Amino acid sequence: MYIYNENDQKIIEQRVAQFRGQTDRYLAGQLAEEEFLPLRLQNGLYVQRLAPMLRIAVPYGLLNTKQVRKLAHIAHTYDKGYCHITTRQNIQFNWPQLEEVPDILAELAEVQMHAVQTSGNCIRNTTTDQFAGVAQDELEDPRPWCEMIRQWSTFHPEFAFLPRKFKIAVSGTEGDRAAIQVHDIGIQIVKNDKNEIGFKILVGGGLGRTPVIGSVIREFLPQEDLLSYLDAILRVYNRHGNRTNKYKARIKILVRAWTPEVFAEEVESEWEYTKKIPCDLTREEIDRVKGFFTQPDYEAIDDNDAEQQLKILADDNIAFGKWLQRNIHAHKIPGYAAVTLSLKPTGVAPGDITDVQLEAVADLADKYSLGEIRTTHSQNLVLADVKKSDLFELWQKAKSGGFATPNIGTLTDMICCPGGDFCSLANAKSIPVAEALQRKFDDMDYVYDLGDLSLNISGCMNACGHHHVGNIGILGVDKKGDEFYQVQLGGNSDTDTTLGNVLGPSFGRDDMPEVVENILNVYVENRVNGESFTEAYRRIGIAPFKERVYSNKTGSKPTDPKESTDA
Amino acid sequence: MPKIIKDGQVIDDTWVIIDKDFEGVLPMAKVLLPMQYYLDKRDSLNLMCAGLWIDSEEEVEAIGLDANMFPLIAVNFPSFMDGRGFSIGRLLKERYGFTGQLRAIGNAIQDQLFYLKRCGFTSFDLKDGTDLEAACQSLNDFDVSYQSAYDQPEAIFRRN
Ligand code: HEM
Ligand code: SF4
Repeated sequence: MYIYNENDQKIIEQRVAQFRGQTDRYLAGQLAEEEFLPLRLQNGLYVQRLAPMLRIAVPYGLLNTKQVRKLAHIAHTYDKGYCHITTRQNIQFNWPQLEEVPDILAELAEVQMHAVQTSGNCIRNTTTDQFAGVAQDELEDPRPWCEMIRQWSTFHPEFAFLPRKFKIAVSGTEGDRAAIQVHDIGIQIVKNDKNEIGFKILVGGGLGRTPVIGSVIREFLPQEDLLSYLDAILRVYNRHGNRTNKYKARIKILVRAWTPEVFAEEVESEWEYTKKIPCDLTREEIDRVKGFFTQPDYEAIDDNDAEQQLKILADDNIAFGKWLQRNIHAHKIPGYAAVTLSLKPTGVAPGDITDVQLEAVADLADKYSLGEIRTTHSQNLVLADVKKSDLFELWQKAKSGGFATPNIGTLTDMICCPGGDFCSLANAKSIPVAEALQRKFDDMDYVYDLGDLSLNISGCMNACGHHHVGNIGILGVDKKGDEFYQVQLGGNSDTDTTLGNVLGPSFGRDDMPEVVENILNVYVENRVNGESFTEAYRRIGIAPFKERVYSNKTGSKPTDPKESTDA
Repeated sequence: MPKIIKDGQVIDDTWVIIDKDFEGVLPMAKVLLPMQYYLDKRDSLNLMCAGLWIDSEEEVEAIGLDANMFPLIAVNFPSFMDGRGFSIGRLLKERYGFTGQLRAIGNAIQDQLFYLKRCGFTSFDLKDGTDLEAACQSLNDFDVSYQSAYDQPEAIFRRN
C-alpha cells in the first residue's frame, strides 16, 4: 500500500488548515453560502436532508487497519456510531456537525486519509477492481496507476472548477470489475503486439440522467504518456464542456455532440502541446510507486491440501460451504483466497457498517489478511490475502461480527443508494425497498438457485445506486409527491456493459416485492441449461416479463412519459 | 482608486476595463480592450496604453502570439465556478509565451488564488467586497504541489 512521504503529508495537513480557515470564515459570516458551497464540496461535505454528510476518500478502495480503526473512532465520536460504503469505494458519514468537520479531517490526516475532491466539479477519487493485485486474470496491478493519477489530480490547479464532476476508473483485467465503461475516463491496462504494457483509453461513459457507455479514443497509450494525455483530455473538457446547463455538463454530452472521433482528434492535437511539458511520468517514478505494491511474502502452501481440508469442513458444515461458494474469490497465489465480508444482511441499509464492526474487521485483517482491507463498489468489504487454512476460523468470527451473510453476487447483495431517508435529491426512499426485497427473498436456497444476479436501486435519476447497470434496476420516481418505482431489466456492468430497458409503468412501494417475484419467476421458468439472468433475458427479450408483471398486477398506474424516458 | 492584489501586495490599480460593446473614442487612460474589439480593429489601433481582456468563453487561439504585444492581459471569471480561465491563463503563458502581467478579473475568489498563481496569474482583481489584505495569505495555502503547471513546470517527481 502507498505510504505518504513528507510532501504527501504536508499537502494533506495544509489542506486541513485551509479548510479550517474557510469554515471559520463561513461561520463568522465572512464567506458567502454560495462560495463556501463548492469549497466544502471539494472537501466532501454535502448538506443533505437531516444533517451534513461527509464523504471520505478511500483511494482505489484500499485501507489499512490503522485507518479502519480511525474510521471506527470517528463514527463513534463524531457520528451516530456507523458509516456507509459507497458505490465509488468511499466512506460516508451521515451525521457530522459542520463545526467539527475540520477536526475530523485533522484526525484523518493522522492516518494519511482525507476527503479531498470527493465531491464538487473536480476530479474525484480514482476507483478500481477490489481484487487488484491478487486477481488471477490480471495483466498488471492497476493500483500504482491509480496512485499516480491520485497525485496528479490532487489540487490540479487547472481542473478544480470543471463544468461538472469527473470520475476515472482503472482496470487491470479484461473482465471489467471497475465499471470503466461508465466513467468519464475509463483506463484499461493492455498489452500491444510488441508485448509492451500501456493503456486503452475510454471517455464519455456515465450513468446519471443520461446513461452512456464510454467510447474508446485511444487503443494504446504508452505508460509514460499517461499524465500528459490526461491533461489533454481534461483541458479539452474544461474549455468546451457545457457550463450553462448542469444536466448537459458531463463530458459524455460533449463527446456525443462532437462524436468520439472528433473528440479524439481534439485531444490528440492538445496532446501535441501537453506532452512537451515536463509533466510526464519517469521510469523512476513508475518504479517508485510500484515499489509500494510489491507482492507480500506469501507462504508456500500446497493448494490441494488446503482445498482438501476445506472440503472436509464444508461437508460437515453446510453454512460454511455456502459461504465458501459465494463469498470467496480466487487468488493468484496457491493456498490463498480473497474473502468478501457482506454488508448486506437483511434489515441493515446496504453498505452500512458500525464502529464495533469496523473494529472487528480491523482485528480480522490484522490476524488473517496482512493488515489491509478493501472497499468494493458493490458496497462490501474485502480481505484479499487470507490463507485457505484460516478460512474456517475467519468465517466463525465474521459470523459473530455480522458480516458473513453468504450472499455475495446474489439477489440480496443489492446495491442501494441512501435515497429518501437521507438524500435531499431523492424522489423516493430506496433503503426500505431493499429491506422489503431481502425479507421477501429470505430463502437462501431459492436465492442460490437464481445464481449471479444484480439488483440495483437508486432513489432518483442521479443513479448513485447504478440502477441502469443492474440486471434488475429500480429507480425512484416522483408522482405528485408520491413515491413510485420504475423497473429496468437487462442491465449489466461487466465487460459487455449494457444499460437496462424500462419495463413499463411504475409501481408503488408495496408492490415491489411482488413485481420482482414475477420477474424472477419468468426467468426461472424460461432459463435453459443454467442460463444466467442476463443470458436468458438477452434470448427471450423483455416481452414475457412485461406480460407477466402487468397482467398479474392490479395496482400499477401509468407513468408519466417524461420520467420513464429519463432524458 | 480600486485596489487589486499584485505580486502578493495590495496596490492601487489604474487600468480601465472597456466593455465588449464599447463604441466611440477610447478614454485617455490605460485601457484593457476586449479581445474581439482588438481583433476587429487591430490595424487601426494605437496600442501604446492598451492591455487586453479575454472572456472565459473566448478562444485564446485568436490572439495567439499577438499576446506579447500587450504588457497586461486580463482573463475574466464571470462566475468563480467558471474554471475556463485557468486553462486560458496556462495557454497564454505556456503555449504563446506571454511574458507580461496576467490578471484575473471578474468574480474569482480568495480561495482560488493559489490555483490561479499556479496557472501563471500574478495580479488579481477579486470579486467586489473581498478583504484583500486577508486574501493575500491564500496565495500560499500550499508549499508543495504534485503536478506541473506554469509556476513549476516540473512535476514533483522530476524536481530535485
Ligand atoms: C446523500 C447525498 C448524495 C447526493 C446529494 C448525491 C448526488 C448525486 C448527483 C447529483 C449525481 C449525478 C451527477 C451527474 O450525473 O452529473 C450523483 C451521481 C452519483 N452518485 Fe451520488 N449523491 C449522494 C450520495 C451518494 C452515495 C451514498 C453514493 C454511493 C452509494 C453515490 C454514488 C454516486 C455515483 C456512483 C454516481 C455516478 C453516476 C454517474 O457516473 O453519472 N452518491 N450523485
Ligand atoms: S440516486 Fe438520487 S436519491 Fe440516491 S443518493 Fe443519489 S441523488 Fe440521492
